[in-house]
This record gives sequence, C-alpha cells and structure tokens, in this order.
Amino acid sequence: MATMRTPIESGVPDNKQYLHPLMARNYGNWKYHDRPRPGVLHHVAHSGDQIWTVRAGTQRQMDLFTIRKLCDIADTYADGHVRFTIRSNIEYMVSDPTRVEPLIEALTTNGFPVGGTGNSVSAIAHTQGWLHCDIPGTDASGAVKALMDELHEEFIKEEMPNRVHLSTSCCEINCGGQADIAIIVQHTKPPKINHDLVANMCERPTVVARCPVAAIRPAMVNGKPSLEIDESKCMCCGACYPPCPPMQINDPENSKLAIWVGGKNSNARGKPTFMKMVASGLPNNAPRWPEVSAMVKKILTTYKADARSWERMADWIDRIGWPAFFEKCDLPFTKYLIDDWRGSRASLNASTHIRF
Amino acid sequence: MSKKQHDTPMLDQLESGPWPSFVTGLKRLAKDSEYMTDLMGQLEHSYKTRKGYWKGGTVGVFGYGGGVIPRFSEVAEMFPASKEFHTLRIQPPAGMHYNTDVLRKMCDIWEKHGSGLIAFHGQSGDIMFQGASTANVQGAFDELNELGFDLGGAGPAVRTSMSCVGAARCEQSCYDEARAHRQVLNTFLDDMHRPALPYKFKFKFSGCPNDCMNSIQRADMAVIGTWRDNIRTDEALARKWFDKHGMTELVNDVVSRCPTKAIMLKESKDVCRGAKISSVAVSDTNSLEIDNGNCVRCMHCINVMTGALGTGVDKGVTILMGGKRTLKIGDLMGTVVVPFLPMKTDEDYEALVEIGQKSIDFFAENALEHERTGEMIERIGLINFLEGIGLEIDPSMVSTPRTNPYVRTDGWDDEVAKINARKAAA
Repeated sequence: MATMRTPIESGVPDNKQYLHPLMARNYGNWKYHDRPRPGVLHHVAHSGDQIWTVRAGTQRQMDLFTIRKLCDIADTYADGHVRFTIRSNIEYMVSDPTRVEPLIEALTTNGFPVGGTGNSVSAIAHTQGWLHCDIPGTDASGAVKALMDELHEEFIKEEMPNRVHLSTSCCEINCGGQADIAIIVQHTKPPKINHDLVANMCERPTVVARCPVAAIRPAMVNGKPSLEIDESKCMCCGACYPPCPPMQINDPENSKLAIWVGGKNSNARGKPTFMKMVASGLPNNAPRWPEVSAMVKKILTTYKADARSWERMADWIDRIGWPAFFEKCDLPFTKYLIDDWRGSRASLNASTHIRF
Repeated sequence: MSKKQHDTPMLDQLESGPWPSFVTGLKRLAKDSEYMTDLMGQLEHSYKTRKGYWKGGTVGVFGYGGGVIPRFSEVAEMFPASKEFHTLRIQPPAGMHYNTDVLRKMCDIWEKHGSGLIAFHGQSGDIMFQGASTANVQGAFDELNELGFDLGGAGPAVRTSMSCVGAARCEQSCYDEARAHRQVLNTFLDDMHRPALPYKFKFKFSGCPNDCMNSIQRADMAVIGTWRDNIRTDEALARKWFDKHGMTELVNDVVSRCPTKAIMLKESKDVCRGAKISSVAVSDTNSLEIDNGNCVRCMHCINVMTGALGTGVDKGVTILMGGKRTLKIGDLMGTVVVPFLPMKTDEDYEALVEIGQKSIDFFAENALEHERTGEMIERIGLINFLEGIGLEIDPSMVSTPRTNPYVRTDGWDDEVAKINARKAAA
C-alpha cells in the first residue's frame, strides 16, 4: 500500500506543452484546409505555414505494446507529436509533405488503417461492454471490431455522400452517443428480483424514484421489505439495476440489439437531430454479431447509392421520407416504431404530406 | 509467467480481419501477466454465457471522493487473479494533444501499477487506465499525478470535459477552446473530485457549429463557437474551387443547401452592396452574394468551400444548456440560454466561468436526486432557470413562441416596461 499523499489538484493539463511547434506558432491563425487523399488533411495558415495530418484507426482499448508502437512511428516520422480524435482515431502532424507517404506506409504495415476523414465511415464511438461495465447487455469492443472489419474499405476511402458517424452502446442508457447509425442493446424482459437481497442492498425509495415509467413500488414479499414491478408498465430500460443489483436485467437470451439512424450533432444545413429507432430484435450473437453487421451494411449501401452529395443520413431521409427509407432498406415498419412516450405527438404526421 | 492461458475460442475470432484487434493486445499483455490471463478468461466467459460479471463498489485515492471506477468480479472463484479490475479516469489535455515522451511515461506507470490496458479515450473524454487492483490504485495515481495529470469525474459530480482540436489546427475555430476548457474546468475541481451534486454535470467545448465534440446532445453546458459579423471571402480560393467543381456543384451543393436561402448566385455586375452583404467572384462573370443578416451560421457553405468562405472576425460563443443522454426522460438537446457571448478579453472568459458557476449552484440547489440539468429545466420551465441564473430572455431561445393559451399574464405591462428600459439604457 502506497503512503498517504495529498493530491496535486492540477485539473486539465495545459496542452501548449504537447502541441506540434508549427501548430503552436499558428495557434488561432489558420486559413483553410483540403484533403489531398483519404486519411490526410492539409491545413494552411495565414502565415503561409502548412501542416499535413495523417489519421489512423485504433482499437481504442490499447495494450502497452500498441501505444509504444504508435509512439515509435511518431518519433520516426512525426517529430513525436500526436493527438486523438473523439472517435479514438490517432492523428500525426508533419510539416514536411515528403514524410506523409512513409508515415502512411509505417501505419499501414503495422496494422493501423489510414482513413476516417471526409466522406468516410469513421471509427465507431463505443462503450465498455463486458470488458468493464457493470450493466452491459453485450460487449462493445468486440461488436465494434467485428463491424469495422466489415467497413474497413469505407474507412480508408471517402466514397460516402457525406461523413458517417457510428456508435455502439451496450444498453439503452446509451453512453455510446447519437450517430448516423447507432447499435444499441435492448433488454426485452423486466428484471428478475431476488427478494432475499433487496432489503440488504437497495435503498428502496431511490430505486422507485429512478424508474422512468413508475412501474416499481415497495412491497412486502415473504415477510421482508422488497420491491415489485408492474410488468405491463415496465419497458425494460435497466435503470433500476445500478442502485439495486438484485433486480437482474441482464439475460443472455432476451438481450436484443436495435438499430437507430439519423442522429446528427452538427448544425450544418439542418438543426441537430436525434436518431430514430428503425429495427429491433437482432440476436446478441457474439463474437461477430453477423446479423447486426448485415443490417448496418444494408442501410449504409442504400444510403451510399441513394443520397445526394453532402446529404448526411438525416438529410437523405428528410428528402425521401420515412416510408421510402423503410422500403429501400427492406426494413419492416412495426407498431413498436411509433412513439408512445412523453411528447410523442411531435413525431406524428399532422399534415397531408404523404409521398405515393 | 507460468500461468496457463485460458482457451478463448470466441475471442480468438476477433483477431482476424483488417481492423486493429483489442484481443491481440489483451493476449500480448496476458503472456506475461496472470492478471490479464484471468481477465481474458472472464471476458471469454462473458462471450460464452452472454452476460457481464462486474459489479461496482467503493475504491478511491486519498483526498478525493471520485474518479476511480471500481470493478469487482462476480466470477472471481473461476478467475481469481483479476478479481479487482478498477479504472482510473484521467483528464486529458484540451484537444487531446500529446507528445510521445508523456505517452511513454504513462505506459511505464501503467506497466508498473496496472494491467497495461489504456483506452484513448472514454466517452466522457477521460484517458481510461483500465485494470488495477485496489492496492495499486493509489500508487498509479500518485505517479500520474506527479507527471502533471489529475483524476477526472465520476458519479454525481462535474465531469471531465472535452474540447475539439480548435485553434491549434482548425480555421473554423471561433475562440480559444483550450483556454475556455481549462479555465472553466479548473474552477470546478472541488465539484469534480468530491462528488456532491444531484447528478453529473458536463461541459463540452466546440469551436464552431459543426460541434465536433457533440456538445449539443451530450453536455449540460455546451459552449459552441460562432460569430456575429459577415462571412469572410477569398476570391483566389473561390475561383480555384469553382475551376475544380463547376457550376452544377456550386448550385446544388452550396447555393441550394443553404437552410435560410441566404446565398444567391448572381452575375457579378448585379451584386448588391451593403453592411450585411458579403460577396465573392467565382469566375469572370459570376459571384456569390450572401445576406449575412439572414445567415444562421450553420457552417455548410464554409465546410464545402473552405478558405473561399470563412467565419467572421467578431467571434464568440453560443451557450446551450440541458443536453443529455437517455436516462431518465429520454435524450434531450441543449437549449440556447446565451445567444452570443464575445470571447476576446480576459473578462469574457471570466464571464463564461461565471455562467458555469451560477448554473452549477442553481443545479445543486434545485435539481432532484439523479436529475440532469435538462430534466430539471423541463420540470421547472426555462424561465425559472433563466431567472435563477440571472440571464435575460431572448427570442433566439425558442423555435416558436408558446402555442398553448394556459398562462397567466398579470405581469405583462411590467415586463414590457423592463424590456423598454433595458433597450433605452443600451
């Protein structure tokens, strides 16, 4: 056991000490950029200085060997400076254009695909899953690895109508985030309560308060204080599990995967949009989740073929309409896709705007 | 080490294919570590049984109440070496910039005290040092702390923040994101390290409305760069763009995609002049004319014609509050609470910190347990929140005025008088 030591409450480190010197010199003074090829950005400053960025995919959860290898590449080809993107891509900046090709070669031969820029499918933002989370219905790193193997060509090329962001979340709480296409695990059965443990482990009012649909209430079971669930109200979100682990939500058979589309955080063209659920009931089929990959690829190829340039997934669907989206992607529109939660009227069609 | 590796037929299947494999990384670590050997065993067990086996608990470092995510195995009898597998959340530098020297030092520390597994980065923006025993957490933190890094947030606390690459490399940056990120977050370290809020509170900083940090959907307080004056133009780059892309793309991809129809294609001789008009020739005959009074700063045309069109120079931020993920009332988008705050002087940055301070104070006093800022605003109404933190109302805060008549307007005349007085004083 280490000795007691008062922490240095330093907070956010100053990034100036880590910036590439050319970036530090032109801080806040950039003029424009272009993309000489997929995976490479070229920025020009008002001073005339130029910098090339090479972007590569990583597995996010990296072992020391991988990180040291990435550092070796940075030391050899990129003056020892790197940064990471929000989607766990690594970026190398160089001021000498002749070093771009050797850097790409070094990354590629070491297994790091170069891409993720412009109109590509970038790396998938994801959660922890079975590796570290306490309420995961599935794994995240594995599902992402399986899917990115399938989408590798779309990562290294820029052939989509606009950029495509994907995310994976291993439960409906959806830590993975909003995306053009999101894969989210859904629990489909109410939690199973171990009544012997509830009184000892759970603060019952906290659990009752956390239920979004007021399906949980206090009850005496076998003479002990416990909780009961109105199963007809429960929509299986799993929010009761973290404050009360005896309410087991995970279930190997009944955890299914759902697909959501059309989320966009950028304000470009239209206002930001939330993603919408378009499919459910896909099996939690580790280690490669082939049914999920097939459906994501089907949606992506339909979007690629049908959308116009600069249309994000949301812009495309907005133009063609939801009925056409379901038809073109060969997805059944079931009653479960009509919202019945708070504010649902805003999602209903109050017009005669219908395409035939 | 001599420990026999568990059979991992399912995980092995994740080693093939072109994308980098985390399983290959885990295996390399497991070769020399019983700890990671058993971690692999448990993960394979999860794959086989399709269930997770981690539970929480309480683990921390001396002086702090949060920042470590404790994980204890529920199948420790099968995989005893990895029965404790805690994560240290460490705050990255703004924009996630590093040099290899500091990354190598992090690796050395985590080789000594932890599993050797590091995620760059988690969904909240932390560097996640994944996998340490309870006994090793303090030692790992001490060394990372002395390297210049600090724990991030977990639980009901101010959380680790994120900012985009920003001014360091992006021409679309509208303020010093890194400075705002550091100045705001470092004001609230006590609220980060000693969790005592109703629930989490997240700040995120994006340099422009492209919002690369996804602040609008994920941050309780989203700080997004913007500008008030005219779009800047550069004729040489505009002509270069037009030579390459031509009239069809100019019309279909730039002019007709403007959401407020603020751009027109005109013959150069017909271009209007005016304080809010900017224009640029794309050829000897044609020009783009932009009505900046009607531009909503969506970024689209600037994204398409980088350099030919650019953000203005009167820069600042729009602040939106209440974005959050699903729990508990569904996803909420942030709402505009400050349409424009200039970001030029020291005082401007202090004003930003003050808005954060008032918001956190109000949140701490008024939110219910496990309620996010957006849910609190929905429950009490935006007006109560704005009055609580002392912000003036503005029509830019709504998509439309109210559509339901159920309101008491006793104070209408007083409000009109206040607004008129404010206008007269301005």
